[in-house]
Amino acid sequence: MITITKCLRAPLDRGSRAEKCDATGCHSYKQMTNETTIAVTPDVELVGRAKKGDLDAFEALTNRYEQRVYSLALRMLRQEQDAEDVTQQTFLSAMQNLGGFRGDASFSTWLLRIASHAALKVIRKRKGLDTTSLEEATEEEDSYGSIPHPEYIADWRQSPEELVRKNEIQRLLDDALGKLDEKHRMVFLLRDVEGLSVKEAAEALGLSEANTKVRLLRARLQLREELTRTLGDPERRVVRTHQDH
Amino acid sequence: MKCAELLTSLNEYVDGTVDPAICEEFEQHMAGCNPCQVVVDNIRKTITLYREGRPYRLPVECRQRLHSALRERWAETHLTGGPAPS
Repeated sequence: MITITKCLRAPLDRGSRAEKCDATGCHSYKQMTNETTIAVTPDVELVGRAKKGDLDAFEALTNRYEQRVYSLALRMLRQEQDAEDVTQQTFLSAMQNLGGFRGDASFSTWLLRIASHAALKVIRKRKGLDTTSLEEATEEEDSYGSIPHPEYIADWRQSPEELVRKNEIQRLLDDALGKLDEKHRMVFLLRDVEGLSVKEAAEALGLSEANTKVRLLRARLQLREELTRTLGDPERRVVRTHQDH
Repeated sequence: MKCAELLTSLNEYVDGTVDPAICEEFEQHMAGCNPCQVVVDNIRKTITLYREGRPYRLPVECRQRLHSALRERWAETHLTGGPAPS
C-alpha cells in the first residue's frame, strides 16, 4: 500500500504515478489530481457539469464562492447566525434553481443576487414587514436634492495600500459600514465591494438604476465622511471659504 | 458647474463612466476648487479600502453544516430518478 505521503511526493509524471497508486488500491493521488483540476475549472464548465448531476462540480462552485457570499451576508446583516442562514439558503436555492440559470449573467453575479434577496428577506423580517413584497421596502426613492454635502475635508495621512496592511483598519471599515442605513449599505456592498455594475446591483435589489445611483452616492459620501474624520490629517484639512461656487 | 452640481456626477466620474462633456466641466471645476479635489480623492481611497479589504472567514462548523445540507438536498432531489450524486 502506497501511503498518502508518498503520493504527495509524486514526481512530475503525475499521470503514471496516479496509475501506480490506483494499481495498489490507493486513490489518494487520483483524488488530489481531481481536486487540483476542479479548482481551476471555469465556472461555466462546473455549472454545466452540476446541471448534469455532478455534485462534485456543485461543491466546487460552493467552495469557490462560500466565503464571498458569507462576507456579503455578514456585512449586510451584521449578525453571524443570520449570515450563516443566508449563506446556506443561497446555495440551496442555487442548487434548486440551477436548471433555470441560463448564463446571461456570470454565475457569481447570479449567486450574489440570490444572496441579496435572502438578506433582504431577513431585513424585512427584522422590521416585521411582509416578506413577500421585497420591492416595497427598498424602492423608496432617494433624490440628489437631499444629499448631504461633505463637511470634514482633509487629505488622508496614509495611502489605502498602507492602511490595508494594518489589521486595525478592518474595525474602522466595519464600524463605518455599520453606520450606513441598510438600503445604502446593500448598494455599496454590491457595487463597490463585490464589483457588480449599477445595473446588476439594481436588478439584485429590485431597484431602479436611478435610485441605485443615488443610494450609492449617499453611501460613498457617508463612508468618506466617517473615514476622513479618523484617517484625515487635521493639518491638511481644507475648509470651504464659500458654501458653493 | 458648482460644487453641488459636481455631486450629481460624482459616481460616474469616479467610475470612469461620465459623459465626456460633463467630464470636462467637472475637471474645470476641480482645477479651481481644492475642497472638491480632496473629496474626489477621499472617495476613491474609500472605495479602494473597502474593495481591498479582507473577506470574513466562514467558520469551519458553518462550512460543514452548509456542505452537509447541500449533500442532503442533493440526495433528496437526485436519487429519485435523476443522476446519482458522486
